[in-house]
Amino acid sequence: MTTTQIDDAVRHAIGAIAPEADLSTIDPDERLRDALDIDSLDFVRLLEQLQNLTGVTVPESDYAKIATLRELTTYVEAHAG
Amino acid sequence: MPSLGADMDEGTLLEWLVKPGDVVHRGDVVAVVDTAKAAMDVEIFQDGVIEKLIAEPGTTLPVGAPLAVIAGEGAVEAPAAPAAVEVPAVAPPSEIAPVVESPLVRHRAHELGVDLATIVGTGPGGVITRADVDAHAPAPPPPTKPIPAKPGRAAAIPTQGRAPVSPFARRRAAELGVDLNAVQGTGPDGAITADDVERAAAKPETAPAEPVVAKVAPAAPVVPDMQAKARAMRQAIGQLMARSKREIPHYYLSATIDLTVATDWLHQTNVDRPLSSRLVHAVLLLKASARAIHKVPEMNGFWVNDEFVPGDGVHLGVAISLRQGGLIAPAIHHADTLSLDELMDHLRDLVSRARAGRLKQSEMDPTITITNLGDQGVDSVYGVIYPPQVALVGFGKVAERPWADGGMLGVRPCVTATLAADHRASDGHRGGLYLAAIDSLLQKPEEL
Repeated sequence: MTTTQIDDAVRHAIGAIAPEADLSTIDPDERLRDALDIDSLDFVRLLEQLQNLTGVTVPESDYAKIATLRELTTYVEAHAG
Repeated sequence: MPSLGADMDEGTLLEWLVKPGDVVHRGDVVAVVDTAKAAMDVEIFQDGVIEKLIAEPGTTLPVGAPLAVIAGEGAVEAPAAPAAVEVPAVAPPSEIAPVVESPLVRHRAHELGVDLATIVGTGPGGVITRADVDAHAPAPPPPTKPIPAKPGRAAAIPTQGRAPVSPFARRRAAELGVDLNAVQGTGPDGAITADDVERAAAKPETAPAEPVVAKVAPAAPVVPDMQAKARAMRQAIGQLMARSKREIPHYYLSATIDLTVATDWLHQTNVDRPLSSRLVHAVLLLKASARAIHKVPEMNGFWVNDEFVPGDGVHLGVAISLRQGGLIAPAIHHADTLSLDELMDHLRDLVSRARAGRLKQSEMDPTITITNLGDQGVDSVYGVIYPPQVALVGFGKVAERPWADGGMLGVRPCVTATLAADHRASDGHRGGLYLAAIDSLLQKPEEL
């Protein structure tokens, strides 16, 4: 997947969970839970969306590594085929 | 107009999903009603044929006002037609809001399929009692779970198979004059999103105008504007919480619970699971809170007419924050009997429907409420009880804390559980036992 495709996938997944979020105003280094006001259930739903779009499955042990938008994008880039 | 919660005085009919002549069965969703908090599906109480729709979409009516006339086998009419257009003050007393104080009675009526508006209460001051509801119950026992969208009934009620619509999309449709029936949804399960509505509005009208005009019911549902809605929600929450603080002598307790075993078990359980079936901490906390009721049942129920009325099951109200602001606490019925996986499914479903603004009236009857603010990072939450319930359990964040045990200091994942309880119904000693029971259950997560 190209970086643009991954970016699009991340945007799409976030849009499905927090439809009113404006990604252009989100600090890529702010914690997603704070930036998007999402809870643990939303977070799992976000990862599910992302899995459907990119095929990347995040094990629970990696949750802590993807707290921000930048970390999430980087993680998917590293694991996408 | 059904009562969809203790804080509801009136509701706005958004749309009819049936028309005169339609055959309806108990449990079918027949209309969507907007309350101060959310749009809710209104389920019919009885089998029958829709004889007449009384209320127009867009009309705001007090609880108890008649919405439609149903010709049923037992010929029990949903509140009689002649009083339909009268203001409540003029309408005969039995046709205004039935006097029901107890959600327990409401719940019983739901279970038995009894329309409370048809009952004259025999309790003090005309209050409808459980016995009144039982006396009006139809002879055959009702099926336990009504299934709103049975494909087999699609012929009789064409609108039943319709795609879900978010309240925002509904609002846009009303603003843009878009007929939702003509919109192709692209959201999950074919849900119609605001984008779909806008796309449909942008498209030139291809269908001839006449069939649209010929429709029986107005196509575009009417929706109050967003700011007014936010104000109404704040007012509804404000009134209920003020009533709670005015009437309920709260007492508060807290206990910090070691979640080492539960957290390890959760990680172990989730490691081989796909994302869609992973469990979260909240499910363990909910299940333990529900099961602990068996030890201290006086936390579960209602304070009505100066006495405690136990719940007829553990119907766990889950406080859900809405993305547009405000909160709502619909029930997961019989949460104590559900497996953790079932509870997780129920929770996911409830949260997504609450946020999409599609709850059912039968879900508005919790017997105890749980609020979990851990994801917002708070350590503990001392809640305000939802009247007429008698207890509210709060959970803060699950975080590593220093923990002394056997003279040794270690670091363990912990959560602070709090209890706000009604001192009229219980004392601190019993409240303490309840929190201890939750703690003890969380130490054996595999048995939850």
